[in-house]
Amino acid sequence: MAFDQEKDEFKVVGTRPDRPDGIDKVTGRARFGADATAPGMLHAVIIRSPHAHARIVKIDTSKAEAAHGVKAVVTRADFAEGLDGENWNILENLMAGERALYDGHAVAAIAATSSLAARDAARMLEVEYEVLPHVTDVDKAMQEGAPVIREGAADGSVPAGMHPNVVRCHDSGHGDPEDGFAEADLVIEERFTTEATHQGYIEPHACLGTLGPDGRGELWCCTQGHWNVQKVCAALLDIETSKLRVTASEIGGGFGGKTAVFIEPVALALSRKANRPVKLVMPRADVFRATGPTASTSMDVKIGMKKDGTITGASGEFRCQGGAFPGAPMEFTAMCAFAPYALKHVHQVGYDVMTNRPKQAAYRAPGSPMAAFAVESVIDELCNRLGLDPIDVRLKNASREGTKANFGPSWDRIGLVETLEAAKEHPHFSAPLAEGAGRGISCGFWFNHAGETAVQLALSEDGTVQLSVGTPDIGGSRASMCMMAAEELGIPYEDVRTTIADTATLGYNEISHGSRVTYASGLATIEAARDTVKKLCKRAAAKWGIDAEAVEWRDGCAIPSGPNAGDFDPMPIKEIARDMGKTGGPIVGHFEATPEGAGVSFATHIVDAEVDRETGATTITRYTVVQDAGKAIHPSYVEGQYQGGAAQGIGWALNEEYVYDDDGRLQNAGFLDYRIPVASDLPMIDTVIVEVPNPGHPYGVRGVGETSICPPLAAIANAVSNAAGVRMQDLPMRPSRILEALKAGS
Amino acid sequence: MRYHTPTSFEDASAIAAAATGVTRFLAGGTDVLVQLRSDFVTPDDLIDIKQIAGVRDITRRGDGGWRIGAAVSGAELAEHKALTAEWPGVVEALELIGSTQIQARCTLVGNLCNGSPAADSVPAMIAASASVSVVGPAGEREIAVEDVPTGPGMTSLDAGEVVSAVNLPPRGEGGGDAYLRFIPRTEMDIAVVGAGVSLSRDGESITAARVALGAVAPTVLLVEEAGATLVGSTLDDTALAALAKAAEAACRPISDKRGTVAFRTQVAGVLARRAAKIAYDRAGA
Repeated sequence: MAFDQEKDEFKVVGTRPDRPDGIDKVTGRARFGADATAPGMLHAVIIRSPHAHARIVKIDTSKAEAAHGVKAVVTRADFAEGLDGENWNILENLMAGERALYDGHAVAAIAATSSLAARDAARMLEVEYEVLPHVTDVDKAMQEGAPVIREGAADGSVPAGMHPNVVRCHDSGHGDPEDGFAEADLVIEERFTTEATHQGYIEPHACLGTLGPDGRGELWCCTQGHWNVQKVCAALLDIETSKLRVTASEIGGGFGGKTAVFIEPVALALSRKANRPVKLVMPRADVFRATGPTASTSMDVKIGMKKDGTITGASGEFRCQGGAFPGAPMEFTAMCAFAPYALKHVHQVGYDVMTNRPKQAAYRAPGSPMAAFAVESVIDELCNRLGLDPIDVRLKNASREGTKANFGPSWDRIGLVETLEAAKEHPHFSAPLAEGAGRGISCGFWFNHAGETAVQLALSEDGTVQLSVGTPDIGGSRASMCMMAAEELGIPYEDVRTTIADTATLGYNEISHGSRVTYASGLATIEAARDTVKKLCKRAAAKWGIDAEAVEWRDGCAIPSGPNAGDFDPMPIKEIARDMGKTGGPIVGHFEATPEGAGVSFATHIVDAEVDRETGATTITRYTVVQDAGKAIHPSYVEGQYQGGAAQGIGWALNEEYVYDDDGRLQNAGFLDYRIPVASDLPMIDTVIVEVPNPGHPYGVRGVGETSICPPLAAIANAVSNAAGVRMQDLPMRPSRILEALKAGS
Repeated sequence: MRYHTPTSFEDASAIAAAATGVTRFLAGGTDVLVQLRSDFVTPDDLIDIKQIAGVRDITRRGDGGWRIGAAVSGAELAEHKALTAEWPGVVEALELIGSTQIQARCTLVGNLCNGSPAADSVPAMIAASASVSVVGPAGEREIAVEDVPTGPGMTSLDAGEVVSAVNLPPRGEGGGDAYLRFIPRTEMDIAVVGAGVSLSRDGESITAARVALGAVAPTVLLVEEAGATLVGSTLDDTALAALAKAAEAACRPISDKRGTVAFRTQVAGVLARRAAKIAYDRAGA
């Protein structure tokens, strides 16, 4: 499974064929979560708490149950009891128990014969609340006297004496930063904050579920990982896993937010009670209020630097708020913070803090973008004050192969230096800046992940290929899978069709997360294709009456080799496929494993920004992403991932935020006031694909989907700070904040 | 919900006057349908005025001004070359709203009657001295646009009254208008501050000016003091500074998710200055 050094010439990989799902998507033929229907189907709504924190005194369902068209009402009592760990957290989040823990927390659900009837009945459901004190700010939640979200939620990692809302702690590093600071010519320590941002996928969560009295069910849903949905639903409904078959729909964006389970068990519980199929589509406001945004953070970072740019020491404390449940990705924030740099003295601490907000969910490189914002802002300020070039300083301190990482291991072959060198050579970096404009640089890091993976490759009688994978296609992976299969089999890209198989068809597949799909399902596809090739060669060998080992596979044909070379004409895949029924039966290749060797990935971004000093408005005028892809299978999709990460980063840096009022209610649960960038807000985002092969993949692939969102917050903040002449330490850098900073700075 | 399609404003008015529940008039529907689908407002009577003759006509009035039918969309208004040449500020204000799809539906009258203090076209109409024709149980009357909104979501129209058209006065020689808004994004957003300016020039000197501000008070404001600072000036720096000061002084905003009191107040002055410059240049062109 290691990098195939001989595979340096590709026929299909590296080209840019049309996407296989393109026509379906532009014609409306593609079926998303809300596009499924079933005979006798009911429509469901979820009733949610209007309070940030409240004891649920009583839920009276009688009037709602008696309402016209209503077939079932469920509350917490309709789900499994006795769960623990993350299953309990998921259940508690998708249907409140004794307390509503945030504005939007589900308390009941209704299924009726029409969505209008369900909505009418929802108004008749009576919930009595006793409002409790709440807290939504990460720093306030850690202070003495803050309302306790859940007693006893902390694990053993939390130092004694901390507030019960601090539930997990990460502490790592090496050397002694104080020694490092003593060697420095300049030490800067600053506090930074970021607000929670939502993944902002256009398609709301939606599903259609059926669960019969016999405990057998079917579920169609929009998810990044249907095996996980199957597992969670089974646990929360107390049924056997294999009795529920889950099919993943097309997905209208996920970005990590659809790795979590929010509504599917509710639809199934309603279906079980009504004995009818139940469709549940989240309204947009519910998506904002009750599905996971990323964590908000408060961070202190201290870095010392010598006049020559050498970083002598670094330390950081990263406080991450992940809503009313444990799980804020503070360990990733801490570990990613200083990853780009080779440091003798480094120490990072992370805290996972609970508040009265929705349960955070993964969002593209969870925790890493915020860390980069804090660290790379301090490095930028050090460079400014010491008069040093921001890329030269980063090159001087860059992590390289063999460097001991800030969180322990030594780096394998990595491509950070290559991205910095490419950024330095890019015309953008040396382009003159307009008067009043600023330029920002930042590096970013993400681990990448592999995970449990199973694929199957079946040969059709005409020689075309049906590839089944279990990882929902959230970023164009079907095209990449087709390309890797075509590359191995020596057949045209168009001869491979890749399908996302349901849970009954393949072995367990981990969620499409951690930028793992092109790496892990890709590796599995290559191995399944090689397995198929062996079987194809065996059929040819049998026909020719020679050893299977004496047959080579080249350009889609079996070819006799060694002593038999030239004895027989090449046998094309179509001929073997045509005859396979008579030569031994169906030909199917497969591969199952948990690969290890997802290569980490680094990026360097360059951003130019202009600030209107009278209104505080920021314009991003130029943006360049330089990132190591290991090997770009389909370069257009890789570029799309780079651009998408930058675009989401621009929104996060400038305008996106969860706004809470004093009552702890979310004020902007819609796309009007939750401002993701529109097309006219963005410049053309230029991309440079650097390829430093990952030794853990046959073609050298590294995941690319997440690293692209790691540098933007910092790079944009550096550009804006340099344009405004004031260091911006709080995100988002909304216009009012910039005006205030300009006023304070003048 | 009862859906009505009257063919005259008199009939529309009669239906509304007889209605006892929640009533909404429907033209483009870009506010009504959104409110309906979001469960904010579910009308008992929905009165579609698009079947009424002339509602999508733009006509030159006898006095040289314009009459714009109540259902004329942003796209239709923007395609009208003569009106756009005379009142570019009014046209650009309506054109800023929403996307291309919304532009095919949204109307000046809907924007006004929705009663939002942040309505983009309203400051431009007020600066332009626009009025609306209103048909009601007591007959027809004409009301200045600034007298229509009375608070967020509220208007001075009586039960049964329906707006049939917007009237723009004759532009005359040496006139120009402009509208600017501040939004955190570049499109598809709601004004944090809006400023409309209409003025007339005699040579370099300003002879008349009206300034209106949006999203800085419970209703769109006609700021007569701000207009007065410009009259007699050549829009020099002193006049611009006085304009900004007068605009800031008129602001009575709130702090909310879209902006703070301090931000809205400062930006109101900035936008008034910038809009005045554009209107001045247009007036001299």
